[in-house]
Order: sequence, then C-alpha cells, then structure tokens
Amino acid sequence: MEPLRPSDYDDGTEARAIQQPALGFVGAGRFVWRQLTSMRTALILLLLLALAAIPGSLVPQRSSDPNGVVQFRRDDPELFEVLDALQLFDTFTSAWFSSIYLLLFISLVGCILPRTSHHLKALTSPPPATPSRLERFEHYRVETTHGAPEQLLRTAEETLRSRGYRVVVQKDSVSGERGYLRETANLLFHFALVGILLGLALGTGFKYQGQRVLVEGQTFTNQLTSYDSFNPGRFFSDSTLEPYSLMLNTFTPTYQFDLTSGRANPLDFAADMTLTDGSGARDVVLRVNQPLDHQGTSVYLLGNGFAPWITVYAPDGDVVFSQPVAFLPQDSNLTSLGVVKIPDGLASQLGMIGFFYPSAVALETGALTSVYPEPDQPVLTLNVFRGDLGLDEGIPRNVYSLDTESLTQVTGGETGRDSLVMGLGERVDLPSGLGSVEFTELRRFVSVDVHRDPTQLPVALSAVGIMAGLIVTLFVTRRRAWIRITGNGKGEARVEFAALARGDDPGLGKGLDELVHAFSKVEKSTLRE
Amino acid sequence: MMDFAYLSLVGVYSAMAVYTLAFVAFTWDLARRYSATPALVPAGAANPATDAESSQPWGPFQRIGVTLLVLAWVIHLLAAIGRGIAGNRVPWANMFEFGLTSTLLIVAVFLGTLLWKDLGYLGAYITGFVLLALGVVTVNFYVDVTPLPPALQSAWLVIHVFVASLGTAFFALGAALSALQLARARFEARDMAKARIMNTLPSSSIMESLAYRLNVVGFVFWSFTLIAGAIWAERAWGRYWGWDVKEVWTFIIWVLFAGYIHARATRGWRGSRAAWLAIIGFGAVLFNYTVVNIAFTGLHSYSGL
Repeated sequence: MEPLRPSDYDDGTEARAIQQPALGFVGAGRFVWRQLTSMRTALILLLLLALAAIPGSLVPQRSSDPNGVVQFRRDDPELFEVLDALQLFDTFTSAWFSSIYLLLFISLVGCILPRTSHHLKALTSPPPATPSRLERFEHYRVETTHGAPEQLLRTAEETLRSRGYRVVVQKDSVSGERGYLRETANLLFHFALVGILLGLALGTGFKYQGQRVLVEGQTFTNQLTSYDSFNPGRFFSDSTLEPYSLMLNTFTPTYQFDLTSGRANPLDFAADMTLTDGSGARDVVLRVNQPLDHQGTSVYLLGNGFAPWITVYAPDGDVVFSQPVAFLPQDSNLTSLGVVKIPDGLASQLGMIGFFYPSAVALETGALTSVYPEPDQPVLTLNVFRGDLGLDEGIPRNVYSLDTESLTQVTGGETGRDSLVMGLGERVDLPSGLGSVEFTELRRFVSVDVHRDPTQLPVALSAVGIMAGLIVTLFVTRRRAWIRITGNGKGEARVEFAALARGDDPGLGKGLDELVHAFSKVEKSTLRE
Repeated sequence: MMDFAYLSLVGVYSAMAVYTLAFVAFTWDLARRYSATPALVPAGAANPATDAESSQPWGPFQRIGVTLLVLAWVIHLLAAIGRGIAGNRVPWANMFEFGLTSTLLIVAVFLGTLLWKDLGYLGAYITGFVLLALGVVTVNFYVDVTPLPPALQSAWLVIHVFVASLGTAFFALGAALSALQLARARFEARDMAKARIMNTLPSSSIMESLAYRLNVVGFVFWSFTLIAGAIWAERAWGRYWGWDVKEVWTFIIWVLFAGYIHARATRGWRGSRAAWLAIIGFGAVLFNYTVVNIAFTGLHSYSGL
C-alpha cells in the first residue's frame, strides 16, 4: 500500500500475466494472496469502505442514536424489518462493513510485512554501484573542472554526505542514496493503522461505561447497583470497578438572555461535587468539556435538568411517597417530562405522568409552556392514572415511561377532570379521595457518564504514529545520485552528475542542480585550504 | 460601543464587491489568453510557453486580478476579525462563521501558491467559488453573534475547526486543478482539439502533479482534524469515536483521499481516475459542510440555524 513506492517495486499486478499456466492448490492460494495484497485490491477496498459508511449516516444507528431507531420502527415498521435484516441500523458492526475493513487490513498486513523485510535489507546494504552510462538518465548534468581525480572524488563524497546521502565510493565514482526515512515513515503510518485496529480489538473487551442520574444531595458509588444503566465489555468483572463515591452538592447553570432572539443561551454548567475515596474527601467541579479523571475512569457531565420533590399522602395523611423525581428536558427552556409510580400505600396503584415548567406561561389555548430555563415560575402538572402498573410481574420497567395500557386515566385528557396543577410548595387532592400530592421542593439533577476505556492509550499512540508517519513520508523524497569523475591526465576532469527518483519526485531536476552547485562550492572551499 | 458584528457584515459585503471585480479581471485574463494563442499546437506535443514551469510574465489583467484579490482578501480578513471581536472568540463557531473563515483561507492558500507557482489560470475559479460561497453563507446561514455554549468552550474549537477549514482550502484548490487536468487531458487526446483556450494551460501531467501536492497537504490537515476531533470528542462527549454523522463523513472523506493517494500509484488509475477521486473527495467535503450540517441530526449541530 505504498503510494509512492520506488519505481522498481513489484506491486503484484505484473505477476498475474505470467502465472497463467495451471495452478496447483498452493499456486492458487498464492494467486489469491497476490490478488488480495495488490495495490488495486487495496484501492477498491478503500473505495468500498467509503461507500459502505454512507448508509451509517443516512439511517439512525443503534450505537449513536438509539431513539432515532425506535422512532424509525414506529414510523415505518415494514421498512424497518427490511433495513434491520440488512443490519443497516448497525452499519459499523455489520457483517458487510466488517468484512470490508477486515479484508482491507489483511491486504494491508500482507503488503507491509514483505515491504518491511525489503526495507530492512535496503537499510543494511550500501547504495547500488554507479551505472556505466550516466548520460542515459533523464536528470543528468556534466561539468568540466580542474583538479586531480582523487581529490575531486573526495569532494564528490563530501558533497553527497553533507546533503544527507548514504555514500559508497567506487573506483572513479561515488554513488549515494537518501530518504530511507520515507519508507520507514510510510511503514510506521501503516503499522499505526493496524495498531488502532488491534487497540480497539483488544481494549474493547475491558472497557465499561455506565450512566447515572444524580439529584442534588444524592451520592453515587462506583459499583454496579449504583448505576442506572451499565454497558460492560466482554471481559469486564466487578472487581475492576474502582471504589469511590461522588455526591452532587449543587448544580449551577448560567444563562444569558438574548434580547433580540428571545432565547436563553447557556454559558456554563457547573456541578459541584464531593469525591470520596480511600484517601479522603475533596470537592471537585464537573463541567462540560472538563471531565473528572479519577483512578483510570473518567466522569463526564452530559446532561442536567430539574427534579421536583414530590410527596404523595394517603387520605389519612400518611406519606406513601416522598422523593425527588428527575424530569427529562424536552426543549431548550427545560419544559420537562416526568413519571411518578406509586405501587403501594393507596387504595389502588397510581401512575402519574406530567410536565414541569421552570418558567411557566399560559398560551392562548390555555396550555402551559416554559419561557426560560431558570425556575422563575415553577409549575408542575400531572395526569393521574390508576390500575395495574405491571411492576409485580418481575419484568424490568423503564422508570421514565408509563405503560398506560392496563391503567385508567382519572385526570387530564378526556376524563373531564383537569390535570393536577401545582406551584412550588402547593398540595392538591387526588380525585376519588385517593389522597393528595405535594410539589414539596425543587432540586436539580445531572446525568453523568462514567467510562473506563483501555483502548484510549494504544489508539492515541497509534494516532501519533499516523501523523508522524504521514508528514514524514509525504515530504521526504527518496533519491539516488551518482557523481563520476573522468580525468583526462592533463589536470582537467569531466564531472558527471545523475539523479534518479525512487517514487514521485517533482523536484528532482532542481535537486540535481543544487547538488551540482554544492559540489562546486565544496570544491572551491577545498581549493582555498 | 461599536457594533463589530454590523461592521463585519459591511466588510463581508465590501469584500464580495471587490471579489466580483477580481473575478471580472481574471475572466478577462482568461479571454486574453484565449485570443493571444495564435495557432493550434499539435495535441500531445509539449507547449513550450507553459510547460516550462511558469517562467512567463503575468499578463496585465492577471496583475489587476491579483491586486484586487489581495485587496478583497484584506477586507475579508478584517471582516473575520471584526466578527471575532464581536463574539469575543474565534470567528468559526457556527456555520456562517466557518464559511467566512474557510473562504478566507481558500484565498489565502491561493495567494500563497501564487508565490510558488503561476496558478493565475485558477483565479477566475477561485474568485468565482469564493464569491458564491460567501454569498450563500451570508444570505442563508447568517446568524447573530451568540456566546459559546458550554460544549464548544474548549481550546480544541480553535485548533480542530481551524485546521478543518485549512484542509478544506487545500482540497478546494486541488479539486480545481484536478478538474482542469481532466479537461486538458481530453484536449490532449484530441477530444477538444478546437478548445484553443486549453493551450494556455500547463500540460495535464504538470497539473496532476500540482493537484497532488495540494491535495496531499489537505490530507495531512484532514488527518489532523480527524484526530484532534477525536481527542475533543473524548473530553466533551465521553468517547473519542461514536460514528456521529459528521464523524462518518469526515471518515468517508479521509478514506476517499487515502484512495486518491493510492490511486496515483496504481496502474490504470494514475491520471484521470485519480483526478476524479480528488473531485469526488472535495464534493464530499462540500456535502459534509452543507447537507450534513443542515439536513442530518447529530452531535455536531452548531449551525445555529
């Protein structure tokens, strides 16, 4: 896969024409291998890879946009079935995408291994002897000068050496080659690509990521039961979870109100937390773009919102539910949607689904909306359902959604009874004497992601290798140059210069001119001595 | 207090006016080249006037064009700086600003290459493209200056986005040369023997080599953009690579140009086919900037539209 490899390099395409006679099993294998590692195959595979990635941007992906996939399924179940069978919702882990890049990497390895041994050989052997007829080269110069041939030969050697050539002095000439670094860097680039793939393949099994919604005053400990959701790699074990805990003290957003657009622009999100581990407790501030790196894990601030503290009382005044409930933001002014489930303590199971408006304003239609993301006029509305919450069947339920199938709506919607509406600190009665609900207090929550990703180090090192290899290989040129001295026995000498590009080298002619110039400079300085 | 956002917009429109004049001059220069070409040089034969790498003096209209272009660029630069002062940050934090800075860099790279090689025949294309792009971003993508949201408050905004626009600038020039290379190659194959203007261009192999060198620089910048973006993504979103739509297209573009570099070393692909890959690659860059920003939903939704 050397793009600018030396012109005499065999890229395998010639070999096919010669290998026509009946191939045995080994021959056929070699044929396939040669095909696979040829530059043309690598090129086709590269273009296929680009093509195959396109659907990953057109169709929502389970990895990056799971909600989009759910939405797609809801909107068009039939097309969903077809596309899902084609693994289009998992493009980048699909069989077809994987086979393209795996073939590409096999092709790559099959190409760079022989090139590495070829290059090692070139690095340890001297530049080839001077060809007998330099005038046949496209880039050729000839000069006449005075001096003893032996002296001029030394000048030639010194000139080439000072210009970075590796030099071999022969009877009447000097041959040199430079720019070995080009191939070294090129190989480094390609090995670094393999490094990325290996880093991903080996590291992914050991990584984990977990999510947790944390309300002000709550503490999260880094153990499995403390996560809301958790995605471990294949080789993950509980024991790799570093023991520490994080408490959210306060979350402080800063907004700037833009008078012209009427929009609130977020300026800063800061979560003040207390980190406790074996060495004690300390305060940390978590911000977007400023994750907390602790004991090989990173903690990221990825979301925030309001968590109204909701208290539900039984008719006799007993508290049956009292806790902050995270409401998920639906727009930039933090109109938020939340769900409360009361399985025990009341006459029947209750489910409530409702909106929280930090700065509530009534629209002409009577509906509420939030006009600012700060709690200037906090209002909570709840639609109440009674019946079977389905929590007793042992099936895991999403705490953020309410399955209303086996429930009967008792407020809001078409029940003829208004939704419950509460300002901060207000308490309203539930219908049918079920009890009452109170919007007790307003807190904020943050959602944090905790990641441990051992692929980062090998991938980062490989990325450095990619950049270094790329820059060096594209801007170093590999050249051979020869200088031959032919004395005429009368103190005059003919000096011939020739240069040969090994790979793409548009500046070769200019380089040769510089070499001629450098030669005469070295020659003059030696004369002066 | 001075309204820098307003002044910046005035600057953008002024720059567009001067770009228009430069465009006219460069077009005139092309026409002059056409009429100054006396006879048909046999196709395929070397054209001594242009094949000898650019020792020809500049024509008067090219000189006027370049002078106007420098003037327009300075106004454009002031407009970008004004926008930066207005926002108190780098002027490439949303789609309009990215367009403003990218076009500025395209012209800067073009002016820079003029010091290196006589690419005057690209002047009409560059001014035309920049004029069109500036018009589109100002009319369609303009947004008021807003403070940076927390997700963009990072030093990587300065590095990642700037290098992306620098890469875009090199790809734009490379694609132009590749397109002319294709036209000239057809001319050399006698398909367009009557298009005398083609005679005023360097040979297709010279343009191929120039296009390659520009695209390769673009490729280095693009690789860096990709890596810097991954580092930033790890800090901001908790993962360095997640196949977000913008990431997908950045990857596609990288692979296309990697393909282009390999095509140049593959028998049967060097020359015209490789040139097509470079043009498709730049097409993908434009797609990534326009359609992916506007029509696709992803994490890179900073167009502000």
